[in-house]
Amino acid sequence: MSATLIVARHAMQETVRRRVFVVVLVLTLLFLALFTVASAKAFAAQTPFGFGNEGQITPGDIASITTVTLLGLGMFGSLFLATVLGVFLTLGAVRGDAERGLLQPLVVRPLGRRQFLLGRFVAAAAVCIVYGTLLYAAVLVIVHQAGGQWPGHVVGPGAALIAAVIILVALSLLGSVFLSSTANGIAMFMLYGAGLVAGLLASIGAAIGAHTVQTIAHDIAIALPFEGFYQAGLYGLASSQAGLARIIINLGPFGAPQAVGVTFYFWAAVYLALAAVAATVGFERRDL
Amino acid sequence: MTALEVRLLEKRYGAVVALAGVDLTIAPGELVGLIGANGAGKSTLMKIACGLVRPSAGTATVCGAPAGSRAARRGLGYLAELFRFPGWLTAAEVLALHQRLAGSTRGRTERDELLELVGLSDAAHRRVEGMSKGMQQRLGIAQALIGDPKLLLLDEPTSALDPAGRRDVRALLLGLRTRGIAVLINSHLLGELERVCDRVVILADGCVVAAGAPKELTQTGGVEIQTGNGTWRFPHAARADIPQLVSELVSDGVDIYEVSVIRSTLEDAYLETLERE
Repeated sequence: MSATLIVARHAMQETVRRRVFVVVLVLTLLFLALFTVASAKAFAAQTPFGFGNEGQITPGDIASITTVTLLGLGMFGSLFLATVLGVFLTLGAVRGDAERGLLQPLVVRPLGRRQFLLGRFVAAAAVCIVYGTLLYAAVLVIVHQAGGQWPGHVVGPGAALIAAVIILVALSLLGSVFLSSTANGIAMFMLYGAGLVAGLLASIGAAIGAHTVQTIAHDIAIALPFEGFYQAGLYGLASSQAGLARIIINLGPFGAPQAVGVTFYFWAAVYLALAAVAATVGFERRDL
Repeated sequence: MTALEVRLLEKRYGAVVALAGVDLTIAPGELVGLIGANGAGKSTLMKIACGLVRPSAGTATVCGAPAGSRAARRGLGYLAELFRFPGWLTAAEVLALHQRLAGSTRGRTERDELLELVGLSDAAHRRVEGMSKGMQQRLGIAQALIGDPKLLLLDEPTSALDPAGRRDVRALLLGLRTRGIAVLINSHLLGELERVCDRVVILADGCVVAAGAPKELTQTGGVEIQTGNGTWRFPHAARADIPQLVSELVSDGVDIYEVSVIRSTLEDAYLETLERE
């Protein structure tokens, strides 16, 4: 077994032995239960409404708006929970473990520090991919059971959600090389919050036609590509909607006014590679 | 081939000089003690040897390979001064993890041997979080011995051990010497080092200020004779003077019960060296 897989297996073993999965399972079931109740109530309470004399929203539109909004909420919840899991699995991987004396006995063994980092990344990413996928699937099924509709795209938004989580895990691992556990945890959730604010800014900017606001939001999304992936996921969920329903969705907190292009995906790959290089170089140069 | 060779080794942490040109060679099977005040550079020297810290200048090689390289790390075992194993692992699992990382293929046989060697056979399936500090230190020593290292670096390995545990570690170290394993041991328990080490190196302010066999570093401090009239000390006498002294006392009608040569301890020698510096 390669050193990377040994480290990954060790990290995964830790999540099992320390009952991380039990805690995550219980809290996730609680989240899904609340989401199920909310979905059922939302579809039961939906009523037609109109915009003056210009047009009436049809019951079908309302069902679609409710579906997409609930799916957006589910995606937000899924991203948040998967991020919490990923960040807590990695926030003390290097400096935190070194300060506690856990790291030194491992890295004096004949494995490279690069392999150690990769092993920690593989373990955390694998856990988060499985968790995020299951959570996203559960959200889709709950909304479908409540409202009878599937989103326009299923796989694309799910993949975007997973990509967002992977970037957050990579950033958390990078932060763990330079920051103590507490500082890294705080930094990660502040970055996460900044990303979400950027997304909301983009929606507001698009709604009121403020290009400067949109540009700022766009720049933040470039600096924090997980937000770009989240927006891409939201856009995919609403991609089958058109007309007034689409406008209403975009005005809400889970609307995404525009899709991301191929350039963004390329940039995200470069971003991930840069994070890996920075983490490796930083770790290689760190005295333990 | 030397187990450890250090030449003009320097390490600076900003304005703080931890090592200021240290030279040290350890031959296979040699047991070397490293002593010095807190902050003298002992742990830094060990960390450079095992690749945890990068030197600012100078070279360090382990079994001919540059310190920190994969080849060097294959040849050494290390017990840090401040270490911790994951509390959720059992003793046997800790060793199994390190066996996999070290590439050891000796499996359970090696684990059982090492646990027996450090007196933890009965605790093989006990979780680390349920172990005393002394037991964890024993486990740390077992972990350092995985993969038959050629050089063992032990940073304060007996600080948490009771007297019986220290005796066990002394016996263990002497056993390692017969197997050709070189040991560099850092400890403030100078009596322990005096009893087992072939050579002792004294560090002060990042420099080697004295080195040699414990007997070379310590000095005779006269002869002490217990007689029927009390204990008499002859501060300028040496071992060679004992027959004449005893003869004279006996001829004077003094009853003699015990004669001993007084030697300064390693602690005395260490403190004298630091005062001179």
